Amino acid sequence: MNTKKVNKLALAVIKLIAAVVVVILAFLLGKILLSGLPHVSWHFLTTPSRSFTAGGGIGIQLFNSFYLLILTLLISFPLSLGAGIYLAEYAPKNRVTEGVRMAIEVLSSLPSVVVGLFGFLLFVVQFKMGFSIISGAIALTFFNLPLLTRNVEDSLNNVPKLQREAGLALGLSKWHTVTKIILPEALPGILTGIVLCAGRVFGEAAALIYTAGQSATNIDFSNWNPFDESSPLNLFRPAETLAVHIWKINSEGIMPDAEQISAGASAVLIVAVLIFNLSARYLGNRLYKRLTASK
Amino acid sequence: MEKEKIITSQNVHLYYGEKEALKGIDLDFPKNGIHALIGPSGCGKSTYLRCLNRMNDLIDNVKITGAIKLDDEDIYSPKMDTVELRKRVGMVFQQPNPFPFSIYENVVYGLRIAGVKDKNLLDERVETSLKQAAVWDDVKDDLHKSALALSGGQQQRVCIARVLAVKPEVILLDEPTSALDPVSSNKVEEMLLTLKNEYTCIIVTHNMQQASRISDTTSFFLNGNLIETGPTKQIFVNPTKKETDDYLSGRFG
Ligand SMILES: Nc1ncnc2c1ncn2[C@@H]1O[C@H](COP(=O)(O)OP(=O)(O)OP(=O)(O)O)[C@@H](O)[C@H]1O
Ligand SMILES: [Mg+2]
Repeated sequence: MNTKKVNKLALAVIKLIAAVVVVILAFLLGKILLSGLPHVSWHFLTTPSRSFTAGGGIGIQLFNSFYLLILTLLISFPLSLGAGIYLAEYAPKNRVTEGVRMAIEVLSSLPSVVVGLFGFLLFVVQFKMGFSIISGAIALTFFNLPLLTRNVEDSLNNVPKLQREAGLALGLSKWHTVTKIILPEALPGILTGIVLCAGRVFGEAAALIYTAGQSATNIDFSNWNPFDESSPLNLFRPAETLAVHIWKINSEGIMPDAEQISAGASAVLIVAVLIFNLSARYLGNRLYKRLTASK
Repeated sequence: MEKEKIITSQNVHLYYGEKEALKGIDLDFPKNGIHALIGPSGCGKSTYLRCLNRMNDLIDNVKITGAIKLDDEDIYSPKMDTVELRKRVGMVFQQPNPFPFSIYENVVYGLRIAGVKDKNLLDERVETSLKQAAVWDDVKDDLHKSALALSGGQQQRVCIARVLAVKPEVILLDEPTSALDPVSSNKVEEMLLTLKNEYTCIIVTHNMQQASRISDTTSFFLNGNLIETGPTKQIFVNPTKKETDDYLSGRFG
């Protein structure tokens, strides 16, 4: 066979594989959205769930998911930013640094159930934090940190070395060069990474079942004092998230409309994650354009 | 009369790990004027140039011995502040490397970091630096456009303006025109000629015509050694060393 034919054949195979992937994805998405979206209404999105009767919603779970996401990012982003900057810009190339990198790699491949059980034993039981949002947020931080750190480090490393030299040669200190020139340039990449991580966290259930808990206590949306037990902002209340809710309904839901609720909640979850992913691309592109072309 | 020296270097050796890239360089630069460093690829021109503002410090496993002095101050002494040094010895690179900001911000960046806030002063410095760098006419209508939206030649001149804005004493240029078209190269050359009365420019170039056109003194490097240095005319017309003659007449390198 001549090279031209080989080339054509290889291309055809690759295209076929890509098409299969797309079809599977489209089928899955289509099925979930088609069976779920008809059950989604404003009422569904805003009312609390019911355990025994039909007509419940996912209001509290939805709120919990977002609140947990924000808390998790608040904890994990600064940590990963610091670690990423250190690894990319300051860490000497030696065994210790390699060890740290390796530890991060191992951490990122831990199954989320294990992270959840670890969180349960350490925070929920040992530190007596109970099933609470804060336990969940810390567990998710463990789950999130490796990828985010990796993302920050890679984004920084992708900025050409020439830019570092330009800054230093201009008489900027290393810290200044990193924070004022390299970091802004790496921002689109970092942001994309954060939003993608947000999608992962949003859909995570296994790490939360034993940490943030499986019950959505009734919360009072008119009480914004974080120290009150019924406040939505309270850090120490158990908080079932959307993903955990779906898991629970499917394993032990006894309300008559369990199937519809599960379908609707899945659709909402998928839509939220899709929005995260699309906005990651959009934001990344826009930021990049803003940085590189005229304002 | 002997002209005042601004940079002196004595017996400079530089090792990248085991590899000796500079094998004892003694070279002085008189204040102001344009000084060219020439020689075949890999002979250590960039390495030497980067010793003068301590950019080699950024590379792991580099060892430097000997003495380099700027106005009689040892730049490798522990007392020397590299940040301060690099403000006095600016550098322009082979590839234009503007920051991803507006043209205006690129030029004032060094000043801002140094704490200059006065808007009038900044505006004034932007204009003079861009004019000195011969790029003012190209960009004056839209100073707030991203510097990355300029052509390579314009970017390079903005990078030069960025260096000029902090008013260094010495400007190091490592093949500043090798990525530019002839017209842009010419503009940069002409600009250097106007700067040479106030600044000491040290330029690495592979372009022999360029070296002979614009430089006052020329130094020829070969395999980590300085073979010969002297007034440009003498080096090109009447070199004393055989290696220099061979190189300039294209017999090797
Ligand atoms: N970071 C580095 N690590 C190890 N060796 C290096 C490094 N940079 C340069 N060298 C070596 O040092 C020698 C001199 O390099 P240098 O870059 O100074 O050459 P040059 O004269 O500028 O060449 P060119 O004209 O191609 O730019 C070369 O043999 C090169 O391989
Ligand atoms: Mg070089």
